[in-house]
Amino acid sequence: MSFQTQLGSLASYNKGTIELDDDLRKYAFSNIFEVAANSKPYERVAVVKNLNYVTEVVRAEGSSQWYAAPHDEFAVVMDGEVEFNFVKLDSAPTHEAGAVALGDSAQGKKMGTVRARRGHQVLLPAGAAYQMNAKAPAVVIVQTSFGPTTVERWSEICVLSSN
Amino acid sequence: MDTKVAEIIASQPDSVLGFRSFKFGNFEFKRDAYFVHISWPKGSHTMEIDRFLRSLVRDIGWGFFYGWIFFDDVFGTQNHYGTVDIFAGTYSKAHRDSEIDYLETYPTEAVIKAFEAIANDWISEGYDPLRAPLETGSPMGAKGATRTDPLVRGFTPAKRMLGLPGDVSPRSDQSGHPINRAFEDVQFDQPEIITEPGFEGQLHAFNLYDHIARSDVTWNPSVTAVTDASICCVTSEEHMLPCIHGNDRNEWFIQLSDEIHWRIADKNTGMPRGRIIMRSGDVCAMPADIRHQGFSPKRSMLMVMENGTPDLAERYASGELKPYPVEALENA
Repeated sequence: MSFQTQLGSLASYNKGTIELDDDLRKYAFSNIFEVAANSKPYERVAVVKNLNYVTEVVRAEGSSQWYAAPHDEFAVVMDGEVEFNFVKLDSAPTHEAGAVALGDSAQGKKMGTVRARRGHQVLLPAGAAYQMNAKAPAVVIVQTSFGPTTVERWSEICVLSSN
Repeated sequence: MDTKVAEIIASQPDSVLGFRSFKFGNFEFKRDAYFVHISWPKGSHTMEIDRFLRSLVRDIGWGFFYGWIFFDDVFGTQNHYGTVDIFAGTYSKAHRDSEIDYLETYPTEAVIKAFEAIANDWISEGYDPLRAPLETGSPMGAKGATRTDPLVRGFTPAKRMLGLPGDVSPRSDQSGHPINRAFEDVQFDQPEIITEPGFEGQLHAFNLYDHIARSDVTWNPSVTAVTDASICCVTSEEHMLPCIHGNDRNEWFIQLSDEIHWRIADKNTGMPRGRIIMRSGDVCAMPADIRHQGFSPKRSMLMVMENGTPDLAERYASGELKPYPVEALENA
């Protein structure tokens, strides 16, 4: 018995269906690759919201700004290859939660680099700044809290009627 | 809520099939070659033994999980995080209308001991209810040799992130977890970590898909990354979730590979609401007012995002929090 594992990508995904006698807004059904396909590079679009916690979809393409959060965040590469550069910040971020954009540089000592591909989970540690680089369009999801860079456009990304 | 103090009482082994029967509070559990027979002061119920045992060991391993675990439409448990309800017919209109529904509440530890006693007697060597049906034997028939493997496994949660020093390690060949047959067509590699001097051990990454692909258990979410009360769990799914999960909070599914068909029903009545087919990359909330049961035609990878904030169950039950997660969609 042989198997063919289906893994979606920016170039090829097959969105599922939602067939419910219920208000579909309650299910906020979306697709990570579709969201990334319709996002600008490094927009951080929420696709999961658990009160103050979110999971964001990031279309990685070229170089991002530097980001930092006052808590751990975790990235999973869903498609492509992404380089994460890390800096130990001289001053810890003071905002309450989520990722804040620091601009094109981060003040502190270089910690190193992680090169990650599909299926790799990367620690984005509290107190460190990180920058993402991708030579070709890639897709990342980030487990974090709702923060200054979180983008919400639920009515655009969610299925609102049975398909 | 009247919490009962109870200990499981086992009978002598049955002279024909070799299984013991058990009494816990006012519930009695008996099994034969094919079925479990559950009785309580006002009624009784019969379940297919495979589904019962698959639900039982997961309920133990999950620590009764978040909310309700319906073994089927009649029997199950509700977690109150310190105590556990065992119910029969409580969420079945027919049972309630005929007044044969029944519920007792016990300290959590007592229920774990009771369920472990049943599982240890009724699960024989060669049958592993945590494995997919194609990967294990059958629980049907007479009692066999005593199991030597652990009753539950794969539930150990990461404290911060899988693979960090001092935390839970990802699965590997060395840990006795080869890539499952269903994922042998996938190429797995590891991320490159280049650390500057002085920051050794502070950067971390690993192949999450490789970890999931090596799971020897199904429908068994385990924690891989935690930030505050945001909990990321991953699990490999094949065949069907034997029980039906009733949420006491909103949770979210992210389908990483392949597809799962979710059957959705009203949490309180069990009335069907329809189904959701999730494919790779799909994201869907499971609202706090539903039951869901998954069917995975091919072994698949699923990520589950949970919110472990204390008192959340009470806040949803009281109506303080709405039973759906995205209020921004209210006016969509």
